[in-house]
Amino acid sequence: MATIKVTRPKLDAGEKIYLGALFKGFFLTLSHAIKTLRGKSAGAEGLASSGLGVTMQFPEQRWDDHMPEYYRGAPTLVTDEQGRERCVSCQLCEFICPPKAIKITPSEIPSNDPWAKVEKRPLEFDIDMIRCIYCGMCEEVCPEQAIYLRKDYLITGTSRDQMVHNKKKLYEVGGVRVGLVNKWNELK
Amino acid sequence: MPEMFITLAIIIIKVITFTFIVVLPLVPLSVYFERRFSAIIQDRVGPNRVGIPLTLFGAKKDFHFFGLIQPIADGLKLFLKEDFTPDHVRKAFYWLAPALTVVPALITVCVVPFGPNVTLFGHTEKLVIADIDVGPLFVFAISSLTVYGITLAGWASNSKFPFIGGVRSTAQMISYEICLGLSIIPVLLYYGDLNLSNIVNEQATNGWLLLPFWTDGKLSLPSAEAALFLIPAIIAFFIFTISIFAETNRMPFDLPECETELVGGYHTEYSSMKFAMFFMGEYAAMVIGSALIITLFLGGWSVGFGLDAAIANFSIGDFKIGGFIHVGVFLTKLIAFILFFILVRWTVPRFRYDQLMKLGWVIFFEAALINVFLAALIIAAPEFTGTIITTGSVLLLAVTAAVIWVAKISEPPAKILRA
Repeated sequence: MATIKVTRPKLDAGEKIYLGALFKGFFLTLSHAIKTLRGKSAGAEGLASSGLGVTMQFPEQRWDDHMPEYYRGAPTLVTDEQGRERCVSCQLCEFICPPKAIKITPSEIPSNDPWAKVEKRPLEFDIDMIRCIYCGMCEEVCPEQAIYLRKDYLITGTSRDQMVHNKKKLYEVGGVRVGLVNKWNELK
Repeated sequence: MPEMFITLAIIIIKVITFTFIVVLPLVPLSVYFERRFSAIIQDRVGPNRVGIPLTLFGAKKDFHFFGLIQPIADGLKLFLKEDFTPDHVRKAFYWLAPALTVVPALITVCVVPFGPNVTLFGHTEKLVIADIDVGPLFVFAISSLTVYGITLAGWASNSKFPFIGGVRSTAQMISYEICLGLSIIPVLLYYGDLNLSNIVNEQATNGWLLLPFWTDGKLSLPSAEAALFLIPAIIAFFIFTISIFAETNRMPFDLPECETELVGGYHTEYSSMKFAMFFMGEYAAMVIGSALIITLFLGGWSVGFGLDAAIANFSIGDFKIGGFIHVGVFLTKLIAFILFFILVRWTVPRFRYDQLMKLGWVIFFEAALINVFLAALIIAAPEFTGTIITTGSVLLLAVTAAVIWVAKISEPPAKILRA
């Protein structure tokens, strides 16, 4: 091991008195304060600030317009153009989900249903948003393109029950996704 | 008999107004300023929300006075918190300590002159609670009791970090009290008076100590003596201000409660309102310290530039209420100085403990002492002949050089560090 001997840096008289550095510091902090008040802080524009510092003030201003394409928000279920729920309750997402947030109760589609040939659909589909880590594995694993991570990020609730998204809620948030593979259609 | 009651009533009104309506609200106000100012220094927004929640009652927008209600919300939070007394503390002292930090700071309010005389209903009153002739001495005597609160808190907590904090603050406050006392001796020599009201009156007519640009209420260049006295005055101001920082445990010297080393310092074991009282005591001490600096060096309630006489004579009918304008001026200066306190806190990093002690004992103590003699020489110069003045200044220079030399050789040589 090489030993490196380091001497303390030699300070000149001005640095020893320390006053110059003090006033320099005052100018620095004051200039930041003034810039903040004028809404001219460094990076204020890029961060879409409210005009005071670099902070975007949340409930009034939102990130929604600035969100990237790949943003992963709340996982949701989607229907196709005909209003058919795409999920066939294969439970792959339930098995892949790392925090075990998804719980599916499968059920059969009765034979008098126009989509009877799909055979299965979920009776219950619960995603516990307290557990969900927004990893997107459910979306990746889904063979039916039924589950999607949407850009919703304001998942709040006052109790644990409210934080569980049931099937109705999931379809409500997910809505209709068109332009996907529709392998269950008559004409194909 | 009734006259006595009137006098008593006036005293009580003054105490309540100045202590609880003027100074005490300044404490939460300075907490608010601290948070907002530190925020804008760091390119943030700071608390700007707490106000009247009109949206709860169905209105479209909340009414938020720029978050000015925030300190009240903070206080409410501290009130509602559990007042927890740990099992291992020494109960009596543990309970006594918070009161001992707040009370001295609030007692010292009584000698601070908030304004000149006002005349109401044909009765002239000074806008100061107790117009005593030992103003600064009284402030030092009482405010130095604050150290008992902090020391007792540290000791009574019976826990190591508060104890270290308490010991540090004891050493620090006692060390800097010397500089504090010595540094204003030149000022008191110059005015020849210890009554703070008289000191401010003098400054109103003949120029502030640091801005002597008017005499007898008329703008003019300072006399040779006043101009020369600026040198010791500025040194005194400098030492006094920095010592006040140390006395109030403000940032560059807040070693008694430095969060990175001592958890919370002397108030680690305190919660709820007892903690809030330490907090209040600290800010109250800051307010009083600023008030003292303004009173001694920056003209107290006076506007300066020869405008004071006109303002003081401002009256509506029989009521000479110009004094209240001066109170406003005083509070403006006070808030400006508090903002300076805050700016320093968010600019200057904390000293190491040995640096703090060295600054107090090796630099400021000697500088203040030499400054006393320098001021005395300047004040006495007109009475003496050239030879005595020359001898005096040569002696002073020699002593200064000797002190600097001793300070220099007493410093250990820089060690080689291993990396």
